Amino acid sequence: MATLNNYLLVSGLLFAIGLAGVVLRRNIIVIFMCLELMLSAANLTLVAFSRFHPSHGLPDSNGQVLVFFVITVAAAEVAVGLAIIVALFRARQTLRSDELNSMKG
Amino acid sequence: MPSYLFWLFSTVMLVGGVAVIALRNPVSSALAVVTCFIGLAGLFVGLSAFFVGVIQILVYTGAVMVLFIFIIMLLDLKAGAKHAKPVVPIVAALTLAIAFIAQLAGVLSHTPDTAAPALDTAALAQASGEWVDAGTIAATGKIATALNAGSLPDVHLIGRALFTDYNLPLQIIGVLLLVATVGAVTLSKKTQE
Repeated sequence: MATLNNYLLVSGLLFAIGLAGVVLRRNIIVIFMCLELMLSAANLTLVAFSRFHPSHGLPDSNGQVLVFFVITVAAAEVAVGLAIIVALFRARQTLRSDELNSMKG
Repeated sequence: MPSYLFWLFSTVMLVGGVAVIALRNPVSSALAVVTCFIGLAGLFVGLSAFFVGVIQILVYTGAVMVLFIFIIMLLDLKAGAKHAKPVVPIVAALTLAIAFIAQLAGVLSHTPDTAAPALDTAALAQASGEWVDAGTIAATGKIATALNAGSLPDVHLIGRALFTDYNLPLQIIGVLLLVATVGAVTLSKKTQE
């Protein structure tokens, strides 16, 4: 049986991969996907705690409701974010974050 | 969940995650995210969170990543192979990731490890005592019946929590989705010259 620390370690590894991707990659769409990876890593932590710290003998449904809300907000965020990316591409014809430097001092 | 399934799904998830940042082509990255989320959904199901596992597949893999791939193909991006990789971001990313993992490992090595509490038929039947006469909500009876039959009614449990304890946040989320839809339509409209 996998223990709680196994789940927390795997979730932390996924979060670290997402964090490294945000710093490393230059394509805005890929950066956005790495943000989704980090959100999902947090979801895994929430579900693991809901399973390993039960309330009244059942998995704590409060944690899973929070995961539901996180997924919903992430979906709304993706809709708006991708619309912003499309508008940005129309204005600048590039999606590389190192070429979007017109506000650099 | 048996241990080998946990490690199998974890490996699928982490390999997918590494492939997201390792692959050059954005379409490959998007498909790697899909792989990663399928492994993650397997982990959710292994944690007896069946509802969360299913919406992970439906919402993320089914809707969000399709939207990503649609936008990538709409913008017709070239694979970014021409640009030389600068060294500084790679070093910074590796340092951040390794520092985070080291911190986490340090915390976890001092935390007492817990095994999963049992969710077998006896434990479920014992938990059903909480739900027998707990108010006038119709789902409560269904929860008690399912628990006595030895299955975990997690959709009913989450639905009951959503529509009682979290009723106001649920409605706010609905408004948020409406605002996001209107915002996306407004943003993607061509501006009048």
